[in-house]
Amino acid sequence: MRDPANCPEGARLAPENESLGNDFHANQPSPGPRVASGQLVISGVSVAYGGVPIVSGVDLSLVRGDIGCLLGPSGCGKTTLLRAVAGFEPVASGEIHLHGRQVAGPGLNLPPEARRAGMVFQDFALFPHLTVARNVSFGLRHLNRRERQTRVAELLELIGMAGAGDKYPHQLSGGQQQRIALARAMAPRPDILLLDEPFSSMDAELREQLAREVREVLKREGSTAILVTHDQHEAFAMADRIAVMSGGRIHQVGSGFDLYHEPADRFVADFIGQGVMLPGRAVDEWRMDTEIGLLTGCRTHGLYPGARGEILLRPDDILHDDASPLQAEVVNRAFRGAEYLYSLRLASGQVILCLVQSHHNHAIGERIGIRVAVDHLVAFADQTPS
Amino acid sequence: MLTLAATETQRARPGPWTLGVTALALVLALPVLVVLGFLLVPAGEVWDHLAATVLQDYVVNSLWLMLGVTVGTLIGGVGTAWLISMCRFPGRGLFEWALLLPMAMPAYIIAYTYTGLLDFAGPVQSALRGWFGWGFGDYWFPEVRSLPGAVVMLSLVLYPYVYLLARAAFLGQSLCVLDVSRTLGNGPWRTFFTVALPLARPAIVAGLSLALMETLADYGTVQYFGVATFTTGIFRTWYGLGNTAAAAQLAALLLGFVFLLILLERLSRRQARYHQTSQRHQAIRRHPLTGWRGLAALGFCLLPLTFGFLVPAGQLAAWALEVAGATLDEAFWRLVGHSLGLAATAAVLALLLALILGYGQRLQPTRAVRTAVRVAGLGYAVPGTVIAVGVIIPFGWLDNRVDAWMRATFDLSTGLLLSGTLAALLFAYLVRFLAVALQTVESGLGKIRPAMDESARALGLSPGAVLGRVHLPMLRGSLFTALLLVFVDVLKELPATLILRPFNFNTLAVRVYELAADERLADAAPAALAIVLAGLAPVILLSRSITRSRHAQPN
Repeated sequence: MRDPANCPEGARLAPENESLGNDFHANQPSPGPRVASGQLVISGVSVAYGGVPIVSGVDLSLVRGDIGCLLGPSGCGKTTLLRAVAGFEPVASGEIHLHGRQVAGPGLNLPPEARRAGMVFQDFALFPHLTVARNVSFGLRHLNRRERQTRVAELLELIGMAGAGDKYPHQLSGGQQQRIALARAMAPRPDILLLDEPFSSMDAELREQLAREVREVLKREGSTAILVTHDQHEAFAMADRIAVMSGGRIHQVGSGFDLYHEPADRFVADFIGQGVMLPGRAVDEWRMDTEIGLLTGCRTHGLYPGARGEILLRPDDILHDDASPLQAEVVNRAFRGAEYLYSLRLASGQVILCLVQSHHNHAIGERIGIRVAVDHLVAFADQTPS
Repeated sequence: MLTLAATETQRARPGPWTLGVTALALVLALPVLVVLGFLLVPAGEVWDHLAATVLQDYVVNSLWLMLGVTVGTLIGGVGTAWLISMCRFPGRGLFEWALLLPMAMPAYIIAYTYTGLLDFAGPVQSALRGWFGWGFGDYWFPEVRSLPGAVVMLSLVLYPYVYLLARAAFLGQSLCVLDVSRTLGNGPWRTFFTVALPLARPAIVAGLSLALMETLADYGTVQYFGVATFTTGIFRTWYGLGNTAAAAQLAALLLGFVFLLILLERLSRRQARYHQTSQRHQAIRRHPLTGWRGLAALGFCLLPLTFGFLVPAGQLAAWALEVAGATLDEAFWRLVGHSLGLAATAAVLALLLALILGYGQRLQPTRAVRTAVRVAGLGYAVPGTVIAVGVIIPFGWLDNRVDAWMRATFDLSTGLLLSGTLAALLFAYLVRFLAVALQTVESGLGKIRPAMDESARALGLSPGAVLGRVHLPMLRGSLFTALLLVFVDVLKELPATLILRPFNFNTLAVRVYELAADERLADAAPAALAIVLAGLAPVILLSRSITRSRHAQPN
């Protein structure tokens, strides 16, 4: 049992990374004063296809230099929202402002070419009939030849592909094509960069690395960007602030750390990371009584004392401890290299997950000792109140 | 030592498929080789005479014809393809397949029909005279039977080649590529000219080169319109001047043009591989055209459809009704019988050869086999006139040799065994149309991945059973398509039939030609209409595949 006051520092203050002072709020009824200076302000935006709402009443804002992310399962409306910002989908209601200029709203739908929004597509969409250099300079018609060459050279340098200017897209690897697509979108210094699942055609092992590389490039150029993805690891690797979407609306906005450890609702809890829901009853505003003991978090869990609810248990909340009197039976295990992810059955039949260093090799059917270490006690009231 | 020698002979000896396929390809390449061989034979006076008088006309007229057809098919084909694939306007779904209808109309038939419609005695000029009270010589009216007239006729029926390939290219373009251009500050028009058009260029050029090959191969239209080109020149030199060598040399020159077009097409197709940008089809959200823009798009698509199909087909039907009583006699049905029998025989033979070549390539994909198959498939580009010349020369030589030998040995004259018979005609059809069957069979076989053979074998099927239970059911559609396409092409073929048919043996196409030559255009209508109706079959197949691909898109 731990005193809330002793909670680890990192847990109480979610790391803000470089994005201290950013402003990426969701569902905020009255935008704060900082929003006025936001690079992107989306307020009350809905998008519909043939009467079917795809995005409903979304509020979001992003300040200059920030990298945001729309994260959600396929069909949640994240790409539609991105395309509405780019100008490919008209909004049914609400307003979109880019760099202080309204680009979409009731009766207003600026065409994509007039919005100064760069976009990187899922399949990169490089122009196969143009060289790399001419791809990158495609959006630089307003510059003269010398300026164009300078800008192209600068960008190729930035993405580590100096000297590739004369190649054609089909001569490049997938990762290289992806970086060229990024450089092409960044070339005209757009007010915002929109990245539509830019890593989805990459090998799974490459994705996180590429996401980090792209993040570095964007930060060096000081670009403001929004990434759309269904892959939380990509989102964690790249974004300062992540908005979790489903069913056309935003559930929660926060850092990866916040979303994992303090999900705002059951959807976010389920969508981000792994975990199980363990039934319990609130003892007071800090503690919950469960099958595996009295659990205490660093913050209030939000349930009325006496109320029944469920507690989110992440695999890393359960520690393996041979000395512990609390025992559970191994019913399944997945070898992950450094760790085993054990599925453990409690006395009631409830299964929980437990992440253990892989030198603790236990067979299925074995009973092992466990200990609970919950810092963030996340509880949800029962869906069907009894 | 012994074993080593054995393996070496084994290695040196090509397999049965390689031998068979190579031999087949050589036989099929014979006409082209013969024609090219005549480049080495001095033709003497006649050639000098040709070079001094008409050769320049042939070249210049052919070039003008090609230039005109290029402009016509590009405007008609690319314009309609873009509207159909990217815009939404009244009638779009109908036009998507209806724009292919002019393909059913052979160029010589549309030429005869418009001549009947537009010449001095035709309904159009008669009506004008009636309305305005003009008499002969009071007014100017464009002459249909002219080089520009031929350009219009050919463009009207050949633009669907460009339309088909351009449409497929536009649909295959990743929409993202167009979207990227918009986000980089280009409006819709600029995006069309800087991105969509350059990307579709290889496909458009491939379609154009097919249309130009047909232009060069055309005999009926230019002959009727009095435009002197290579094909008419070959006929004149052959029949008029009786000079085989000079005719063959003209044919060789024509082949030179054709090879340039083949090269163009091949290069374009290779380039097109890199220009295919989309891995998966997205639902295309077509740009809606409303008000006058929608009407303009509708008008633009209606134009080639109306003048390329509706008007001539309607006129043919009207004439056919008019003369039905007098022309639908026993002789007519005999013609139909000849045409159908010939076309069916050629189709079955072509299919068999295509299967041999296709399987040979699948079982022994050596370089020799692949080259042989490509050579066997080259005939599609070679004009019928050239093939006819290339067939009749070696067959006639062989017949004469056999005849001379038989007379010398047995005192028995065998006459013309091959060259005056249906065998020569069928052989020419195979040379020309094998590629059509081959392409269809190859694409059908291509869909049967080797893994399917292997899994069938792993499930205990013998190679024969794999053929019967896996390949044939999967190929059935392709085989039927191949049969149908060759059948219709043979039915429409004019110049080779004209040269190679046995004495007094007529087909529908030849009869149409003869009646038109006698200015009995209305009498020609029933036979012409029969050819057009048969030509509708492949168009229906094509449009069905178009509709199917549209339904396959997630929409």
